Amino acid sequence: MSDAFLRLHDVTLRYGRTIAVEKLNLAVSAGEFVALLGPSGCGKTTTMRAIAGLLKPSAGRIVIDGADVTRVAPNKRDVGLMFQSYALFPHLTVFENVAFGLRLRKLPDADIKTRAIQALASVGLAGTEEKLPKELSGGQQQRVALARAIVVRPRLLLLDEPLSNLDARLRLEMRSEITRLQRELNLPMIYVTHDQVEALALADRIIVMRAGRIEQDGTPEVIYAKPRNEFVARFVGFETILTAARLAAHARLPGPAYAFGWRPRHVVVGTGPYQGHVRGASYLGETVEYLIESEFGPIKAEVAADAPRHGPGQAVAFDLPFARAAPLAADLPA
Amino acid sequence: MNGRALQWTALGAVLLFLLGPFVIILAAGVSDGETLTFPPEGVSLRWAASVVAIAELRHAFAISFALAVLSTLGALLLGIPAAYALERLDPPGANIVRAVVTSPLVVPGIVVGLALLRYFVIPLGIGVRPALLASHIALLIPYAVRVVAASLRNLRVDIEDAAIMLGATPLQAFFQIVAPNIRNGVIASFILSFITSFNQVPVSLFLSGPGISTLPIEMLARIDFTYDPSIAALSAMLALLSIAIVFLAERLLGLSRYV
Ligand SMILES: Nc1ncnc2c1ncn2[C@@H]1O[C@H](COP(=O)(O)OP(=O)(O)O)[C@@H](O)[C@H]1O
Ligand SMILES: [Mg+2]
Repeated sequence: MSDAFLRLHDVTLRYGRTIAVEKLNLAVSAGEFVALLGPSGCGKTTTMRAIAGLLKPSAGRIVIDGADVTRVAPNKRDVGLMFQSYALFPHLTVFENVAFGLRLRKLPDADIKTRAIQALASVGLAGTEEKLPKELSGGQQQRVALARAIVVRPRLLLLDEPLSNLDARLRLEMRSEITRLQRELNLPMIYVTHDQVEALALADRIIVMRAGRIEQDGTPEVIYAKPRNEFVARFVGFETILTAARLAAHARLPGPAYAFGWRPRHVVVGTGPYQGHVRGASYLGETVEYLIESEFGPIKAEVAADAPRHGPGQAVAFDLPFARAAPLAADLPA
Repeated sequence: MNGRALQWTALGAVLLFLLGPFVIILAAGVSDGETLTFPPEGVSLRWAASVVAIAELRHAFAISFALAVLSTLGALLLGIPAAYALERLDPPGANIVRAVVTSPLVVPGIVVGLALLRYFVIPLGIGVRPALLASHIALLIPYAVRVVAASLRNLRVDIEDAAIMLGATPLQAFFQIVAPNIRNGVIASFILSFITSFNQVPVSLFLSGPGISTLPIEMLARIDFTYDPSIAALSAMLALLSIAIVFLAERLLGLSRYV
């Protein structure tokens, strides 16, 4: 992608002696919505702070819209950042929070007013202008933070786990709000999350990170169905992962791979070449989840609730069909 | 005694210890008698008027007042950036600075005064006024640093970064976002510093010189040979002044959004 809007070249980020992110390469094209997905502590926030300019890379280059911004101050980058903590200005009203960036740009008062009110309306907060942040609910504060970030029309918007402090219902609501705004503004966005469901639902492309490095970069469909290695597979919900060496003793492998992975609903319960004992069964409504003790170790399976049921302690046959398995590469050493 | 009565008793005791001395001094100060007595013999402002008439006391008051204002401003001017650096920039040796900033409370003032006089003022030939000012600033900086640092700690760094991401320079972020949010800390340390300087005895004791004496030192000297209620009257006036300063500082600093 030579036409990338944002590009990170071999960016290394340190805190003192500890390396938080190492030789990271990443590209985002204009108008693209990219999710940065990974467990807590893998370097997502650090990467965002570097793109924002709040953290200087100890090596590598950051290019935005063709210009090297590695040494450009954060307030000169024209990049928006929404913080996990919202970071609203506690002493300013909702209106003044949103107007802050516009006032710095010395726009005429009338323009500031129009744009701030319009931005608040676009996140569904018309009428809250004169309130203080502490008078709003968490979800509303979140929207103020979003309005404040977009009102200055940044050329790139970074969102750091923006929904992690909201309850499940609000999360869903905000998710569609963010998607809508992104399409409307055609604004390139990087969205940080440790929640694979959120990443799958929102992004055009998902970048999976682990310990300061990129493990896989692909569309939601690819990440979901074809994880590259064991780490990505586990992260997106493949619960049963067995090495080829282990499986070779029991089955003819469909092709070369380091390991194979199955989601719980890929496992067949009731028939199959393998034997195990039901250790636990939980009824989930549509499906039943089984934990089966087997020679491969514990296997998690999820089958339709109307299939014949198996109680704890019962012997049960099961299958790990290769037709549904994801072939996996070995993990990079952490 | 039930729990509630116990709480009231405790509250009463605290109020008695806090306000008791003030009430006694105030009453003794407005006494019409010839000697320092409590309860007062009649009510009169003549002793208050008498101390105001004493030129040395007026002079000492002026010195103390100017000293308190200047040293407080000096301490804030140095202490606010120092607190900011300590809390936000994580400079090398931050812990050593933190330790030093807490030490003057541990070292008795009398030792500080003597040390300043013996190793700083005399060898360097510094005048009495600059020496007093410098020593009071040194005494007050820890209050400024600690109180301001505490308010900075309560203000998330993210909030400042958010201002910068919206286009603010670090200075704009400080004056428009940080300053209004640490205002209460600054007011608190202003009041604390002013009153500490104004009431300071041990350090000033060593650094006062001929014709230049702070009010508490002048009062100490007078207590030795006066038995009338004049010093009580003066003390009461000073206590009222302290209260007035607390209100005034809140008003003045409270009205201006920026420090
Ligand atoms: N201010 C800091 N000082 C030292 N280490 C830090 C600091 N911030 C983050 N780290 C370390 O850097 C790594 C990446 O952190 P972070 O980028 O916050 O991860 P994430 O956002 O993915 O949870 C972690 O190991 C974390 O402990
Ligand atoms: Mg983070």
